[in-house]
Amino acid sequence: MLPDFMEQRTALPANMPSSHLRVDGQQWLWAAEAMRQFCARFLSLWGADDRDRDGCFRIYAAYLLPESVLVVEHSIAAAAAPFYPSIATLFPAALRMERAVHDLLGISTDEADHRGWLRHGGWPETLFPLRRDVDGSQQYPIVSAPYPCVAVEGDGVHEIAVGPVHAGTIEPGHFRFSVVGEKVLRLEERFGYTHKGVAKLFENLSQQEGHRLAARVSGDSAVAFSWAYCAALEAITGTTCSSRAILLRALALEHERLANHLGDLGALGNDAGFAFGLTHFSRFKEDLLRANTVAFGARYLFDYVVSGGVAVDLTEQSRRLLLDQYDALEPAVANMRSIYDEHAGLQDRFREAGRLEHSTAERLGAIGLVGRASGIACDLRVDHPWAPYDRLDPQRIMQTGGDVAARVQVRFDEIIESLRLCRALLAEPPMDGIRTFVSPAEANQLGIGLIEGWRGPVMVALETGPDGTIRRCHAHDPSWQNWPLIEYAILGNIVPDFPLINKSFNLSYSGQDG
Amino acid sequence: MYNTISRMMRTGLLTEPLPAVEEAAPTLETLQQGLLRIVGRALCIRHVDAGSCNGCELEIQALNNPYYNLEGAGVKFVASPRHADLLLVTGPVSVNMEEALKRTYDAIPDPKFVVAVGDCGACGGVFGTSYASRGRVANVIPVNYTVAGCPPSPTAILRGILQTVHSTSSTTSK
Ligand code: SF4
Repeated sequence: MLPDFMEQRTALPANMPSSHLRVDGQQWLWAAEAMRQFCARFLSLWGADDRDRDGCFRIYAAYLLPESVLVVEHSIAAAAAPFYPSIATLFPAALRMERAVHDLLGISTDEADHRGWLRHGGWPETLFPLRRDVDGSQQYPIVSAPYPCVAVEGDGVHEIAVGPVHAGTIEPGHFRFSVVGEKVLRLEERFGYTHKGVAKLFENLSQQEGHRLAARVSGDSAVAFSWAYCAALEAITGTTCSSRAILLRALALEHERLANHLGDLGALGNDAGFAFGLTHFSRFKEDLLRANTVAFGARYLFDYVVSGGVAVDLTEQSRRLLLDQYDALEPAVANMRSIYDEHAGLQDRFREAGRLEHSTAERLGAIGLVGRASGIACDLRVDHPWAPYDRLDPQRIMQTGGDVAARVQVRFDEIIESLRLCRALLAEPPMDGIRTFVSPAEANQLGIGLIEGWRGPVMVALETGPDGTIRRCHAHDPSWQNWPLIEYAILGNIVPDFPLINKSFNLSYSGQDG
Repeated sequence: MYNTISRMMRTGLLTEPLPAVEEAAPTLETLQQGLLRIVGRALCIRHVDAGSCNGCELEIQALNNPYYNLEGAGVKFVASPRHADLLLVTGPVSVNMEEALKRTYDAIPDPKFVVAVGDCGACGGVFGTSYASRGRVANVIPVNYTVAGCPPSPTAILRGILQTVHSTSSTTSK
């Protein structure tokens, strides 16, 4: 049973059953303990500066329970050194988020690790950009200071520093390996390089424009983020979208999943020395993107999900084109799957590489695709189906191996399941409109939107300001939780396998940097 | 193995013709001759993500798919800036990437070209300039050419690369 103080929950506007609980500092910790006991998944942690309203800072944590989502809110009086208790011992993934909250708002915890996470010396240490009295457009010279990585000592141990600029078309981040020979003893990640001040930028946008920025938090998850944003806004304003718009959003989301999985399967083949895989999968992906251009008006659907619906309607001709495309794609993927499965060299690289044990995944709070490959049953489409997934009966895809091979298999299975969902969505599309008017929300309303993107649950917490403005918007990518897992999955593997293992996770740098 | 070979046979050649650039469109041959004249070899590109949302990266990666077949045109991506002739930069330049971008630029031997890809690289895009972003790439390093779009299509990026080389080759041959 939940502790008594947790019975004070109130309903929270969201696209799935959600509640909101206000607590003091002690209860903040108790709530986290209760959540750990109830095997809740930790979703996100963020802060806000409300000193203009009631003299307080606020810290929020979102948890995923079996039946609902819980957002816990703790008000912190704006003392000289505002403080709240860390929940990182209960939910290790919270640590980096707590460090990020400190960089942006200057509220800190009792955790020992106070190294900057998003701040790399690009703005003064005493300046906290997300505070309301700070002008976010001001520029500062860089004063870079060394970042002390944890050193591993011993006979024959040496360090390899990689990044932020990597050898390939990928995003920037820093990896510090401590190795003996080729074996990795320790990996420490450092991110924040692509921090673009997204949270602050939201505060200059109107509620009607916010989805455009949300889509650009992590471009490969544009549909998931823009839908999560719109879901939060629509929940706050009590808007119900037309069933055709809802269907088209889900179709776009599944296309995003398909495109990313196809790209990843090709890249994984390539990283294991099988360029043939890249050639074919990148061709399938290109075919899908070209179909997107015909059906949705763009290859990547950055501005497709808009408040109240979608931007472009699907013609009957496009509907048939998409169905034909699925019919061509499905056997081609099945054919490639048997080629991958039978390729001894490829399987030799995939199997046992970068294993994330179920127990580690559970303890560290793995989520999304990576979690599902380590036996963590977590898929919002299955567990908390929002419209239209509530009538599609999405199947849970799972593997227990936790290695690169398992993450490859999850992708193959999810492609097949996504194609089934797409066909079901296109079976008999309703003919109502594609966009509903969304009236400006009342001020000071909090709402959340949660969408299972191709990587995992994408969350947007939106708080409205007066006259259709955004007071605070927090966009959370599941990469936050899953990045620290690579530090474990790599242990005992050899350095040359890192690109393959990293690719099998394929996490977002921009999504976590914000 | 049979499966692999049969898939190859059934797929055939997918590569499409290169997009035209302004002025006289180069054929593959004239393009390669132009490249040889200017850089003495195939064009080597180093890409740096200076803070993008990762959307532009997806379209740059697409250049290597069989339809665009970038390597077939004598253009390849290299791992070190020291091997590169052209720097492809995506994203607004985040404050945290400013130094890394400058260092990469400095490490490329002369003559070098810089192409800024995407609305962010061209003008700052939705991110603009702020405490965390320096905005467009030209605010940090010299830029020869920009490719607009969010994200720009692979064809637009390819055209931008060809255009940069083509305009340089026509000025050097005059
Ligand atoms: S131009 Fe668009 S796709 Fe490219 S980095 Fe900027 S926001 Fe992302």
